[in-house]
This record gives sequence, C-alpha cells and structure tokens, in this order.
Amino acid sequence: MALTNDIIQSRLTEKFGDQLTDWHQPYGMLTFTGPKELNLKVLQFLYDDDELKFRFLTDLQAVHYPDDKGKELAVVYHLHNLVDNVRIRFKVFTDVEKPDVFSATSLFSGANWMERETYDFFGVNFIGHPNLIRVLNVEEMDYFPMRKQYPLEEQTRVDKDDEMFGR
Amino acid sequence: MAEHILLPEGSIEKQTTTLNLGPTHPATHGVFQNILEMDGERILKSTSTVGYIHRAFEKIAERRPLYQITPLTDRMNYCSSPINNMGWHITCERLLGLTLPKRVDYLRVIIMELARISDHLICNSIVGVDSGAYTGFLYVMQYRELIYEIYEEICGSRLTTNIGRIGGFERNFTPKAFEKLEKFLKEYPGVLKEFENLFTRNRIFMDRTIGCGPISAERALNYGFTGPNLRAAGVDYDVRVHTPYSSYEDFDFIVPVGSTGDCYDRFLVRNEEMWQSLSIIEQAYQKVQEFKGAEAEVFHADAPAYYLPEKKDVYTKMEALIYHFKIVMGETAIPAGEIYSAVEGANGELGFYLISDGGRTPYRLHFRRPCFIYYQAFEELVKGGMLSDAIITMSSLNLIAGEMDA
Repeated sequence: MALTNDIIQSRLTEKFGDQLTDWHQPYGMLTFTGPKELNLKVLQFLYDDDELKFRFLTDLQAVHYPDDKGKELAVVYHLHNLVDNVRIRFKVFTDVEKPDVFSATSLFSGANWMERETYDFFGVNFIGHPNLIRVLNVEEMDYFPMRKQYPLEEQTRVDKDDEMFGR
Repeated sequence: MAEHILLPEGSIEKQTTTLNLGPTHPATHGVFQNILEMDGERILKSTSTVGYIHRAFEKIAERRPLYQITPLTDRMNYCSSPINNMGWHITCERLLGLTLPKRVDYLRVIIMELARISDHLICNSIVGVDSGAYTGFLYVMQYRELIYEIYEEICGSRLTTNIGRIGGFERNFTPKAFEKLEKFLKEYPGVLKEFENLFTRNRIFMDRTIGCGPISAERALNYGFTGPNLRAAGVDYDVRVHTPYSSYEDFDFIVPVGSTGDCYDRFLVRNEEMWQSLSIIEQAYQKVQEFKGAEAEVFHADAPAYYLPEKKDVYTKMEALIYHFKIVMGETAIPAGEIYSAVEGANGELGFYLISDGGRTPYRLHFRRPCFIYYQAFEELVKGGMLSDAIITMSSLNLIAGEMDA
C-alpha cells in the first residue's frame, strides 16, 4: 500500500500525540510543526520506522519571522522517502534570543554543512554539531546576514561617499 | 601505510606536510580550497573551505520580483544554466498554478537536455584532463559550441542564458534554431562515440579511475548525494522519473546506474546519460514537429498577469500596457504560499524552497544546491588516498564553485 500523507500523519500522531501541530499540505507536501526539544526524536522516528522510512535529508534551512515573539526562527527540514517517493516538511520554531536546536548530524552526515550554512546566515546554534563555524561568509563576521533586521542597502542612500560608483 | 622514520622527540618539525590545494589552483576547476595534511603522497586529512565567491543570492532574491531572480539562477551552475532557469520558472509556475501548453514543455525538455549534455561533456572531459588525456577535452569543446549556438539562437546569450520566462519562452524557436538542433543531433552521436572510444576501455584511464574515490550507496544517501554521483553508487533516484516536471512522463528513457560509486562509474553513468539525453531530445523534437497549424506557434501559456505581453500590443492595447507596466516594475503580487520544487540538475537535485507572504518579492527563497551538499563528502572520499587520486575525485564529482557558494 502506498504511503499517503494521512498514514504518515496518523503514525506520527500515534507516537507523539498532540505535540506535533499545525498539520497542513501546501501544494501536496505534508507539513507539520514540532517542539524544538523533540526535533531529533521525530527525525529518528521518521528514520527508523519500518513504514515511514524517511531516510534522505533533502534540505535543511531556516526562516526568520521577526514578528512572532518567542518563535522568531523556524528551522525547516525537508525529508524524502525514496522508496515510496513521498516528501514531507518538518518545522521547529525557536527563540531568536536563545536559538538552540539539536543537531541532526548524528543521523545525517549531509546535515553537517547544511547546519553550518543555517548557523552562518541565521545564527541557529545547533547543539551537538561537531564543527559549527561559518561556511560561506568570512569568519570575522559578527552578525547573521539573512535575518530580517538587515535589509539590503537602499540604492538611494546619500550618506556614503563613493565616487567610483557615482553616489 | 608505508613505514617511515620518525622525527626525534621534541622536534619542532611536524611529521606531516600541510599542502594547500586551492583556492586558485588549476586542478580545482573553481575557487575553493582544500587544506591537506599529507604523509608523503598520502592524504591523512583534508579540510575544505568554500565561500570565496559567495554572492548572497538568497538575500538579493528577497528584494526582487520573480522574473528578476532568473538571472541569479544562471550564475549558480553556469555549465548548465538553462536547467537552473527552467527549474526556477517551474517553481514559480507551480506556485502561481499555471499549466503550460505541451509544446512549451517539449521545447523546455529539448533545452534542458542540451544543457545536461553540455554539462556532462565538460565534466567527463575534465576527468580525462586530470588523468592526463587532454585530447578529449579539446575535441568535445567544439561540440559544446554547437549547443551554445542553439542557446544563442533562442535567447541571445550563451553562458548565463536567462532563457525562457515564467509561463513559456520569450519568443518562438526560429527555423534556424531547429536547423542547428538538427545539425547537432546528426553530428553529435559520432563524436560521443569517438569520445567513448578514447576513454571507456582505455587501459590507462581505467587504471587511474577504477576504485578511485568510491562511495557506498548508504554513505552516499546519508551524505545527501543526488544526480549522477548517487546513481553511480547504485541508487536509481532521478527527479525526472520520481517527480516528473515539464512532461518528462511522456518520454521513454533509461536511468543508468553504476555499482561501486567510484570515478569510473561516475564517468560511465554520465556518458550513458548523454546517450539518453540525445534520445530524449530526438523524441521531444519529433513531438514538437507533430504540432500543426496554430498549435505549432504556441510558445507560452496564457497568463497575462505574469507573462510579458508582446511589444506591439503594449502600444495598442490598454490591458497589455497595464500588465507590461506592472510586470516590469515588479508590482505583481505573488500569491501567499510555500512550495518546494525540484528539477534534475546536471549534477543533482536542484531544489527551490520558496515562501511567499503575498508580497511582490519572495519572503524567503532557498536554493538546494546539490554540489554544496555532496562536496562535504570529499574529506571522507579522499582520506588515505593519493594526492593525484584526490584531484580526479574532485573533478569527477562535478563541483561548480558558483553553485556551491550561491
């Protein structure tokens, strides 16, 4: 029997009860949210379960929602069951003041650089990551550029004296 | 590992040698660095550094309307930029809920498969160069030129193509473009055959690549490998088959797989994929020719709010003028939504994760760049091997610095 979103949802609800919330299916992809303390447990369950078998981490990144107090940063996991060819999306939210999330590197070797990239741009502190340093930006950088409080430079600004670029 | 004489206790010298491979080294084929700890010719440890040409595409994309993001995608995997462009258009079309006419899908398939051939051609011939056979590289270069001329005929540019628009193509293919395509389809099989003859059963090439930089299927999956590198390890995962886009389900092709995941298997998988791509192009061209009358002129979907109207309409029709203005000024609101859409790029699954909050620009756009994800396995692949094997492994992984750093 093919694995459907309903089966996945009922399997997960059976295991984790009402801790997993916000079930919806944008463009057919099952999406749900869990508490950040549980992220590794959920990933491990999805990996180990004989029926679910989500053993391929397609993508891992973060999104910044500055207006949601207490859960500004969302870490988004895209998982893929290659046997039944089903994708799901799992989100955990964390406070931007204390952005600690457990690292998935013990489960997926590929999460290593993806988490470094997420740390680099959003400052999510992955607990248990073997080498959490910046990957694309310079080491000396002291802010996390993809957060929304750093808008792109206005093209019309006048406070900069840069004759070479005509402003 | 060989026996060696140890340095005396308390010596300030190190037992090993540190070697910098890159960031600007002719063998890295791109700007990235590897700091190698060498014991003679053997690599004990390698540390990769990337990010030398990071251009903050994801940040820039948050300030741009959808159609202005296409040129950013060009500059990721610049060996096959049409696939990136189409991948981005398909993501937008899925978000907007547009359905495309079949003819547009088939034309896109032609372009994407041409791009795949040009990418694999470069990768495979570079593996040849790094193992000491320069001829193949110089020889196939002139046939990549034929592919670039086809792009040029369609969109006007060659490397960073910005080809197509959301909803279709910017203009119909000219008869000249089809003529060039026919020329390519006629000449290329012979060249590919000859290229294979140079390498596939070449004793030196086989000795250099068999067993070099292997990876098991489990490790490859755990590392998030996709594309030819994963298929060379024996996993038949291909986005074109698993999640068909652009009417790939209408075509008949084989997904070649290897078994050992070493450089030789990666080479063979890419070669076979070129044959399959050729067959897909032939099928698609045949299907395109079957359209008659008005259908044979269709090159975009009917989506006036997103597809730029024709210039002569802009001067004569009010709606066209309004849409033209709104699109060019980036004043078209994107429906709120969240989508992950992937295409089979030349080196793996190229994914676009787009979140829109209903504004004019994406709220968040993330590119899943395949080679950024699988490059981290390089440290494991080359450990304990020879330096010259590391160089072949690097080129056979098909690493593109522009894509890694985005």
